[in-house]
Amino acid sequence: MIDDMKLVYLAIPLVCLFAAVIAGLFGRQIGRAGAHTITIAGVATACALSVYVYFDVLAGNTFNGTVYVWGVSDNFPFEIGFLIDNLTATMMVIVTFVSLMVHIYTIGYMHDDPGYQRFFSYISLFTFSMLMLVMSNNFLQLFFGWEAVGLISYLLIGFWYTRDTAIYANMKAFLVNRVGDLGFLIGIAAIYANFGTLDYHAVFASVPEVLGQTIEILPGSEWSIITFICIMLFIGAMGKSAQVPLHVWLPDSMEGPTPISALIHAATMVTAGIFMVARTSPLFEFSETALSVVMIIGAITAFFMALLGLVQNDIKRVVAYSTLSQLGYMTVGLGASGYAASIFHLGTHAFFKALLFLAAGSVIIAMHHEQDMRKMGGLRKFMPWTYITAVIGSLALAGIPPFAGFFSKDLIIESVHHSDLFGSGIAYASVLAGVVITAFYSFRLLFMTFHGRPRMDQHTLQHVKESPMVVVLPLILLAIPSMIAGAMFIEPMAFGDYFTGSILVLPQHDVIGQIAEHYEGQSTVQVVLGFMLHGMLQPPFWLAVGGIFLAWLFYIRKPELPGKVAASVAPLYNVLMNKYYIDDFNQKFFANGTVGLGRLLSKYGDTVFIDGWLVNGSARAVGYFSKILKPLQTGLVNQYAFAMIIGLLVLMTWFLSVN
Amino acid sequence: MFEANQLSLAIWLPIVGAIAVLATGNDQRAGLARIVALLVSIVTFLVTIPLYTAFNKTSGDLQFIEHMPWISALDINYSLGIDGIALLLILLTSFITIIVVISAWQVIQEKVAQYMAAFLIMEGLMIGVFSATDAILFYVFWEAMLIPMFLIIGIWGGPNRIYATIKFFLYTLLGSLLMLVALVYLYFKSNGSFALADLYTVKLTLTEQLWLFMAFFLAFAVKIPMFPVHTWLPDAHVEAPTGGSVVLAAIMLKMGAYGFIRFNLPITPDASHTLSGFIIVLSLIAIVYIAMVALAQTDMKKLIAYSSISHMGFVTLGLFVFNKMAFEGAVIQMISHGFISGAMFLCVGVLYDRMHTRKMSDYGGVANTMPKFAAFMMLFAMANAGLPGTSGFVGEFLVILGVFQVNAWYAIIAGTTLILGAAYTLWMYKRVIFGAVSNDNVKALKDINSREGFFLLVLTLTVLLMGLWPAPFLDTIHSSVDRVLALSAVTKL
Repeated sequence: MIDDMKLVYLAIPLVCLFAAVIAGLFGRQIGRAGAHTITIAGVATACALSVYVYFDVLAGNTFNGTVYVWGVSDNFPFEIGFLIDNLTATMMVIVTFVSLMVHIYTIGYMHDDPGYQRFFSYISLFTFSMLMLVMSNNFLQLFFGWEAVGLISYLLIGFWYTRDTAIYANMKAFLVNRVGDLGFLIGIAAIYANFGTLDYHAVFASVPEVLGQTIEILPGSEWSIITFICIMLFIGAMGKSAQVPLHVWLPDSMEGPTPISALIHAATMVTAGIFMVARTSPLFEFSETALSVVMIIGAITAFFMALLGLVQNDIKRVVAYSTLSQLGYMTVGLGASGYAASIFHLGTHAFFKALLFLAAGSVIIAMHHEQDMRKMGGLRKFMPWTYITAVIGSLALAGIPPFAGFFSKDLIIESVHHSDLFGSGIAYASVLAGVVITAFYSFRLLFMTFHGRPRMDQHTLQHVKESPMVVVLPLILLAIPSMIAGAMFIEPMAFGDYFTGSILVLPQHDVIGQIAEHYEGQSTVQVVLGFMLHGMLQPPFWLAVGGIFLAWLFYIRKPELPGKVAASVAPLYNVLMNKYYIDDFNQKFFANGTVGLGRLLSKYGDTVFIDGWLVNGSARAVGYFSKILKPLQTGLVNQYAFAMIIGLLVLMTWFLSVN
Repeated sequence: MFEANQLSLAIWLPIVGAIAVLATGNDQRAGLARIVALLVSIVTFLVTIPLYTAFNKTSGDLQFIEHMPWISALDINYSLGIDGIALLLILLTSFITIIVVISAWQVIQEKVAQYMAAFLIMEGLMIGVFSATDAILFYVFWEAMLIPMFLIIGIWGGPNRIYATIKFFLYTLLGSLLMLVALVYLYFKSNGSFALADLYTVKLTLTEQLWLFMAFFLAFAVKIPMFPVHTWLPDAHVEAPTGGSVVLAAIMLKMGAYGFIRFNLPITPDASHTLSGFIIVLSLIAIVYIAMVALAQTDMKKLIAYSSISHMGFVTLGLFVFNKMAFEGAVIQMISHGFISGAMFLCVGVLYDRMHTRKMSDYGGVANTMPKFAAFMMLFAMANAGLPGTSGFVGEFLVILGVFQVNAWYAIIAGTTLILGAAYTLWMYKRVIFGAVSNDNVKALKDINSREGFFLLVLTLTVLLMGLWPAPFLDTIHSSVDRVLALSAVTKL
C-alpha cells in the first residue's frame, strides 16, 4: 500500500511537469486546444490525486522518504524527497485546486494571445515547482522549488515581453527576491554547519543540542545560532512573501497577465514564505527574538500596505496591496506562534483572493483591458456573476461572518491578542487598524467598479457583457470555498490536532490553545456558532462593518468626499501615492548606486589603474628604457669594439681590486 | 596497445588528426576539412569515454599510468596519469571540442582547415596538460597550448586582435616563466627529479615554500584569471572568434585552477595555509568587484568575460578554505562553468554571426524574431545566475555551504553573487532579448538553424543533467579530492 502511495506522490508533480513540457516544446504541433487540454488534464489529475492523498493523510498515513540522491559531498547525501503530512497535503490541495481554476479561466482570459501555449506551459511548470516546494522533506529541495517558482514568476511577469514596464517589473521581482534568497541560502548553510544535515526531521530532532550554542557575527556580539538561522530563513520568506522592505516587487508584478496574478502573486507562490516559517516552526519556536522580528515585520506590512490600497485607482493594484497586507496578517500570526491560524488564513485567502483577482480580470476583459476604476462603474447590471462572486470575495476579505476570511483573520487577531512576546502590543494595534482599512478599500473597489453611474466611454459601454463560461465557472467554484471554508475548517484545523506532528508550538507560546479552551468539548457546529457569536462582540467585526460603512459613505452616498479628504491631507496623500518613496529610494540608491559603482570600478579600477598604470604602464616603461638604450645600437663595428675594450678594462680593474 | 595507452591516444589522436585536416588543403576543400575535423573530434571524445567507464572511483590514486623516458640525462619522463579531477576536465575538453567544431561549421569561411586543425591540436595539448605527471612535460604542454590559441585570436580574431594577443601572450608567458624557475629550483631540491610524486614529498622550509608558492601562483592566477591579473581576459575574449572564446572560457581558465590543485596545494602545503587568507581575499574581490564591473559593460562578450572571472572566484575560494565540501564545489564549479560559459559565448556568437556587433545597445527585442534562441539563452542566463536545477547552482551551493563552516562572512560576501550575478546576467538578457523590436536589423533576424539548435540543445541537456543529478560528477572526484586535501594537510617543514 505504501509503495502505491509513493507512486501517487510522484505522479502529482510529474503530471504537471509532463504537461508543461509537452505544451512548451510541442505547442505548435498540438495547437491551442491541445495545449490547454493536456495541461488542464495534468493539473486536474494532480488535484484529484492531491485530494486523495489529503484523505489518506487524514487517515493517518504520513510519509517521509527519499526519491533520489541528488549528490554526495563530504559524505553527506543531499537528497530529493517527500514529506507528506497534514501541512503538506493541505498545501497540495490548495495549490492544485487554485491552479486548476486558473488553468480553466485562462482559456477565456488569454483567448486572443499569441503566446497561448507558452502561457499554459508556464503555469503548469509553476504548479510542478510549487508542488516540489511544498512536498519537500529537506531544505535543499525547498530552495530548489523556491527558486523555480521565482523563475516562473519572472517569466510570467515578463510574459508580454515587448512592454517596457513588464520587463522592468520582472527583473525587479527577480532581483528583490534574490536579496531574500541570499538570506535563505545563508540560513541553509548555517543549518548545515550546525546540524550536519538538511533533512527537516533530522534538523528538528537535534534542536536541543544546538540550542545553547552561539555564533559571533560581529566581533563582540554573540547570537544564538537558532536565532541567526531563523532570521536568515525569514529574510528569505520576506522576499518571497513580500514583507516590508522586500515587498516592492509585488505591486509591479501586476504587469503580468491577471491569471498569474491570481495564482502566483496572490494564492500560492507568495505564501511560500508563510508555509516555510510554519514548516520550520520547530526552529522558530526556540527563538523568541526571531518570533518578535517576524511579528513586527508582519505588523508593519499588514498596516502600511493596507493604507496604500486606499489610494490606488488601478483595480489590480488595489487587490495587490490587499494581498501584501493579508500576507502581513499571516506573518503576524506566525510571529505570535499562531502557525495554524496563519496556514488557515493562507488557505482561505488563496480562495477569496484568487477569486477577487479573477473577478478583476473578468472586469478587465469586459473593459477591453482598461484597469482604471475611475473609468468603470455600474457594472453589476451587465456582469451579474462577476458581481456576485466579487461581493462574496470582498466580504470574505473584509472578514464578515460567516465568510471564510472572518474565521481565519479573526483567529490571527485573537492569537496576537493572546501573545505576550515583545511587539505583540504594536502588532495587535496594527492588525486591528488594518481591519477597518481592509474593509474600506475592498468595498471602495466594489463600489467604484460595480455601483454608481457607468463612467466608461460610449463604445466600451455598448460592448460590456458578462464574461464567457470558462471565466465565470472558476469564479463560482472559488466563491464556494470563499463562503464555507472558514466555517468548515476552523474546528479541525485550528482547534483540533490537525497540525500535530507538522507544526510545533511550545506550551508557553500556545496562543491558539488558549483560544481553544473556550470551545473545548463542543461539536463543530457549536464551535462555529460560538466563534461567530464571540467574534461579533469583538472590535474587529465592528471595525470591518465601520470600514464598509465608510466606503459606502465615500463612494455611494457622497462621492465628492474622497477628493475633499485627499485635498485636506495632501501631504499624507502624496506619501501614499508615492508608496512611501521606497521605490524611488531603491531605484536611486541600490539600483543606480550599484551600477554607478560598477561603472566607476570598471573605469578607474580596471581601465585606468590596472590596465593603464600597471599593464600598459610597465609596457611603456620597457619602451621608455629601450628608447634610451636604442641609440647605442649604431651598427658601427668600431664603436662596438671600443665599447668591448672599455668593458673589458672595467671588468679587469674590478676583479683585480676585489681580489 | 589501446588498453595500455589510452591517455596517449587521447592526446595524440587529435594532433595527428589535425595533420590530416591540414592535408585536405586550401579552402576549396573546406567541406572535407570540416568533416574530417568533426570525425576526429568525435573519435577523440569516444576515446575518452572508456577513461570514465574504466575509472576506479573508489581510489584517489592516479590511474591509466604511462611512463616512458624522454630526456634521460635530466630524468625528464613522458609520464601520464589521471585522477578523478583530471578525468572530468579531459571529458569536458573532448566534449567542448566537438561543439566548437560544429559551431564553426558555416561561420568560419577562411582558412577553414587551419582553424579546425588549431583547435584539434589545442585539444590534444590541453588533454596533455591534464594528464601529465612530470613537471616538465606539464610545462611543455602548458606552453605549447598558448601557440594555437595565439594563432586563433591573431588570425581569425577581431579588429583589435594584435593588442589582445600580445597582451594575452605576455601576461601568460610572464607567469609561466616564473613557474619554470620554480620547477628548476625544485629539481635541485629533490635531487634531480621532475616527477610530481617526488615533488610532493620533498622537504621545504617555509620561506622556500612561500617563494615557490608565489611563483606558481603567478603562473596560475594569470590563467584563471584572478584579480588583479585579469584584464587580459576581456580583451582576449572580445577579439577571439566564438570558438576561441569557448575554449578559452570553458577549458583554458580551468588550467589555472588545475595548477593550484596539482602544484601549489601539494608541493607547498604550508605556504598554502599561510597564504590562504590572501587567496581568499582575492577570490572575494573577484566575486564582488568583478561582478560590479560586469554590470557596467556594454559589450556582451566583455560582460560574459567578467562574469567568468567572477565565477572563477568561487573556484579559488573553494580550493583555499581547506574544506572538502567547498573543494568539491570548486571542482564542480570548474566543470559547470565550462558548459555554461561555453554556452553563453556560443549564444553571443549566434547573435554576432547575424548582426556583426556585440554591443547590447544594437540589440533589443530579439525574442520577437528569434523565440527559440531566446528560450535557450534564457536557460543559460539562469544557469549563469546560479539557478537551482542548473549546473551553475551546484558548485556555488557547495562552496557556500563549505565556506560557511570556515567563516560565515566569507559565505555571505560570496553569496552576494546571488544578487549581482543575476543582476548583470538578467540585465543583459533584458536589453538584448526582451523589449519591442528595436531596429530593422533585429527585425530581419532569422531564428537558429538546426546546427545551432543542435549544439545549444546538447549543452542545455548537459547543464540540466548536472544541475538535477550532479551525483555522478561528485562521485568521480571524492577520492581524488581526499588525496589532494591529504597532501595539502601534511606539513613539509
